[in-house]
Amino acid sequence: MHKIRKALSSMSASLLAIAAGLLAGFIILLISNPANALRGLATILLGGWNNGMKGVGQVLYYATPLIMTGLSVGFAFKTGMFNIGAAGQLMVGGLAAVYVGVTWTFLPGAAHWIVALLAGMLAGMAWGMVVGLFKALLNVHEVITSIMLNYIGMYGINYLIKNSHLFDPLKNQTVNVAAGAVLPKAGLDQVFYILKGKYQDASAVNAGILIAVGLAIVIYILLNKTTFGFELKACGYNRHASRYAGISESRAIITSMAIAGGLAGIAGALMYLAPASGMHIHVAEVLAEQGFNGIAVALLGMSNPLGIIFTGLFIAHITVGGSYLQSLRYMKEIIEVIIGLIIYFSAFSLLVRDVIARAGKRRARKTRLLAAREGQDNLSIQKEVDG
Amino acid sequence: MDAVYFLVQQMMFFSIPLLIVALGGMFSERSGVVNIALEGIMVAGAFTSILMINALQAGMSGQGLLLLAILVAVVTGALFSLLHAYAAISLRSDQTISGTALNMIAPASAIYLARMIQPNGVQQIEFTNTFRIAKVSLLGDIPVLGPLLFQNAYITTYIGIIIFAASAFVLYKTRFGLRLRACGEHPQAADSVGINVYKMRYAGVMISGALAGLGGLVYVIPTSTNFNATVSGYGFLALAVLIFGQWKPLRILMAAFFFGLMKTIASAYSGIPLLQNLGIPSDIYKMVPFIATLIALAFTSKKSQAPRASGVPYDKGLR
Repeated sequence: MHKIRKALSSMSASLLAIAAGLLAGFIILLISNPANALRGLATILLGGWNNGMKGVGQVLYYATPLIMTGLSVGFAFKTGMFNIGAAGQLMVGGLAAVYVGVTWTFLPGAAHWIVALLAGMLAGMAWGMVVGLFKALLNVHEVITSIMLNYIGMYGINYLIKNSHLFDPLKNQTVNVAAGAVLPKAGLDQVFYILKGKYQDASAVNAGILIAVGLAIVIYILLNKTTFGFELKACGYNRHASRYAGISESRAIITSMAIAGGLAGIAGALMYLAPASGMHIHVAEVLAEQGFNGIAVALLGMSNPLGIIFTGLFIAHITVGGSYLQSLRYMKEIIEVIIGLIIYFSAFSLLVRDVIARAGKRRARKTRLLAAREGQDNLSIQKEVDG
Repeated sequence: MDAVYFLVQQMMFFSIPLLIVALGGMFSERSGVVNIALEGIMVAGAFTSILMINALQAGMSGQGLLLLAILVAVVTGALFSLLHAYAAISLRSDQTISGTALNMIAPASAIYLARMIQPNGVQQIEFTNTFRIAKVSLLGDIPVLGPLLFQNAYITTYIGIIIFAASAFVLYKTRFGLRLRACGEHPQAADSVGINVYKMRYAGVMISGALAGLGGLVYVIPTSTNFNATVSGYGFLALAVLIFGQWKPLRILMAAFFFGLMKTIASAYSGIPLLQNLGIPSDIYKMVPFIATLIALAFTSKKSQAPRASGVPYDKGLR
């Protein structure tokens, strides 16, 4: 009961932050162009629904890498580390997946995309593990290693792509992966489409979203229901105490970062194991924005894997909504401003949650006092406190 | 010799903004507040100041305009950082939350505003660079030192050096600096002897904001002719320089110059015959600054220790 109440109060805190952020966004819309402001807000709130089931599918499609990088950052947060390197891990994972997807055509059927996905995960793990190794063995702050590895990864990937058979010089991006390495649709294209005459115009959504949600649940169980997860969290809370309890601190740091990197690597694989019409790795000196947006997703979801599913979906929802703003003569960047404001207000909402919790405690004490005054025995009071 | 002069002049363009912003971050962290919003604050400072240059350049040019822009950048940065200070200090929230928020808000609003204000919805803000000093009179003629420091330069370079000297002085030789450091190491103790921890932390964050805002302008001026709502991750790099520099001014200076030199080699290697002849592809050169920093860190970080209370919100009620 206590747990549920706690979850509800933290959820209401996030919802308050979202409401405040949207209100601030509405004010910006009002100032920029008052005539369309209400319709603008409606467009943002409708999100994918602006374009029927296809739009909803697009929301799921955009949410997939966000949930994964959110999990990556959130997992690291839970274990006491700040993974600002999800962007690099994502790109490294993406390249590994694309390499397997293009090259290892000898793999039969579904084995191809599964192996490509695993390759992405392993590459991301390796990239994240370097951060852990540097911190555990050499005492180098994880933030600095992550930032450096982001850039090393970016330039390294550009070099590797340009000097290999993966490069499509005309489009300045990677070539298409083999058909077997494209993520299956898992029937989702039969749900998320709009009809254009008799033609089903399906969204790009694929099995990736199912994988992301499944992994979020796995991470939730790992963190909350296993000894292994408990040890990692314990190191995050208080490394001295956990060392005293016989937990190897360096091992915890290294495995945490490896897992965080692996999750971001999977994000990259899910993004780039796409058909010809889907995403390809561009050769550009830009870090993947999904990596940094993962920080926002994790923070808004309070690093809870299940919360991250919802915040990832929500951010994708209003981002897709924002892409329909152009017709009302608003710039779609307003969405990022709103997301930023929501994150900012979520800092306030911790305060709100404290107030709610304090009020709850006061009420509990009052009832306890009343009960005592009525001469009830201590047992029932004890029960109430425990429950 | 010309190659060396060229290298040093170029190095300043990369090092000085890093130096200024990392010193800013130092004030914030030494007061006990982690400021990962440096990137966003740089963007905000560069945005308003370049917008002002864009608006006034028809009637003004040269150093006067640049000084005015510097003022605008500093004020913008300090005000913008107040958002972070309020959440991190007064509300005692997790300091990465508001930092991340600012990093998202700044570039997005810079693009949004630029496209709303400018005709045709263009997001780049153009400016004419009238600020380069070909040669400082008298000083520029000194052999060796002249071409190294006083030719093909910007006043921002000298401002950066002055900021360095002032920062070191303030941090170590003034009462303010001592109190600031106390708040970052042991705020409870500082409070018990009558120092207002909240006030000191506000001061630390606002100084970091002012310097980061300035750093944004200093980064954009020599390297571009328009502002495209980005400072290419320099805020994050400054964060790295700050940690590499162990939260100490002189080490930050060295870290910034080290990184700037590597970055210069990476971007200007084709102008240096020796490096050009090696035939190493440009992408590999571009990785050099980051790899070199990692290697340097691997050897120097064993005893690295952040300010003790950095990142921990101060709650007077818990004393």
